[in-house]
Amino acid sequence: MWARVFRRESGRVLAGLIRELGDFDAAEDVLQDTLARAVEVWTPNGAPENPGAWLTTVAKNRARDLLRRGARVIETRDEPAPDVAAPEPAPGIDPDHHTSGVVDDRLRLIFTCCHPALARPAQVALTLRTLGGLTTFEIARAFLESEPTTAQRLVRAKKKIREAGIGYQVPSRDRLPARLESVLAVLYLIFNEGYSAAAGDLLIRRELCEEAIRLTRELSELLPDPEVLGLLALMMLHHARRDARTSADGEFVPLELQDRSTWNRAEIDQGAAVLDRALTANRRGPYQVQAAIAALHGTAARAEATDWAQIELLYRTLRELTPGPMVDLNHAVAVAMSQGLDAGLERMATLDAELGDYYLLPAARADLYRRLGRRAEAAAQYRRALELVSNARERRYLERRLASLQ
Amino acid sequence: MKYLLLVYRSEAEHAKLSPTEQQAVTADYMSYARGLAEAKVLVGAEQLQRASSATTVRTRSGKTTRTDGPFAETKEQLGGYFFIDVPNLEAALDWAAKCPGAKQGCIEVRPIVDRADMPGGMA
Repeated sequence: MWARVFRRESGRVLAGLIRELGDFDAAEDVLQDTLARAVEVWTPNGAPENPGAWLTTVAKNRARDLLRRGARVIETRDEPAPDVAAPEPAPGIDPDHHTSGVVDDRLRLIFTCCHPALARPAQVALTLRTLGGLTTFEIARAFLESEPTTAQRLVRAKKKIREAGIGYQVPSRDRLPARLESVLAVLYLIFNEGYSAAAGDLLIRRELCEEAIRLTRELSELLPDPEVLGLLALMMLHHARRDARTSADGEFVPLELQDRSTWNRAEIDQGAAVLDRALTANRRGPYQVQAAIAALHGTAARAEATDWAQIELLYRTLRELTPGPMVDLNHAVAVAMSQGLDAGLERMATLDAELGDYYLLPAARADLYRRLGRRAEAAAQYRRALELVSNARERRYLERRLASLQ
Repeated sequence: MKYLLLVYRSEAEHAKLSPTEQQAVTADYMSYARGLAEAKVLVGAEQLQRASSATTVRTRSGKTTRTDGPFAETKEQLGGYFFIDVPNLEAALDWAAKCPGAKQGCIEVRPIVDRADMPGGMA
């Protein structure tokens, strides 16, 4: 009945409890007790005006009772400011956040959950369980694994936090950029898991996207770093196109063929506004660049009106920031669309060594041959892509493309 | 919290260095250890003889066997350790990253079980 309220508030309450108790498991127990108590009290009387404050107070009192009986397990004091030369703080970040004592506990929690000493799947599960308020069952379903596997992952992660002495704190200024990278990677992975919708229940996957956006928005309020805002903008701009990405029969629809009237204009505008805010800091980063590319796609009235020249420049920047063969491939497509299809093919010819076994390279090549009217070469490349592809939806898409050549 | 920084590096690679290069590596380790001591986080540190000098002992059903050499043949061997006491894992990982061994081999950072009842234990 109050599931939404509980999910919205539980991250904040739990984050506070972990600091009070210094232990993830004890904090989760207290949270569960508190939610059960809420159901008891609210059922006859109705929910209080401020349910969050009610939950926080009840949880805190319960935690104090517990503390009288036991000691805290993990270090929850903030680190002293480092004496090494620290880089300039990002605008909007309180440079003394670790000494002022007004750090939001959710910020401590997300940095702990996404600590690089934990494996990526553990970081993701722990973030969704604690800050997202998802059940173990829900996480397992979203990531297509069995519930015991997810449960085991969570148990191991919490054990490592305890035994290895991973602190419950916001990293000091000199460590912040590297640690933030890991947090953003986790949030983006959660979003992409929902976005790529390769398999599984579509509804759960959409919820996963919305959860990632909610968590990133929350993080952007606590830590308005330009890359946090960039990631938020990127997610919002992608998510605004959700209804156009799949056809009525559940098939994948590429950007070029999407019905742009079903894009959520208001959300695209909001995403673009968040990006503008990020860019005012004048500190470029890969998420901001990717958001800028998404914004250019999102604001093109028709596929033919896409500003490919600008997109090509942005991919060039992205190659400097995060070099890799996938960025090279995307850049090659942008070159093809802005400078000529042959120029794009020339670029792709240099990528065989690194991407030769990846279906997206022949698929991209096939698309350029198709545009050039070189059907036989296009068909050969689609066939090559079909040999390499594993995802069923992608396979059906390539088969349709191949069939349309005849 | 206390952590053991276990230094793994390839003895074969180290043997290929010229005497001057080997001296430079030793000097790096000395200066690293001094840094740990100055930061008041150093509990202990030792360099180990080559892995080929090891003898492995096993007792099964009351019978003891002594085997020449280390337990397993690996590309990198345990070459020494630094035992440190720092506030949390973050600090331990920072120190590990600064260790000269991190550049050639790798450093395994192991938290120590805090037991007061271990005779001779430094925890």
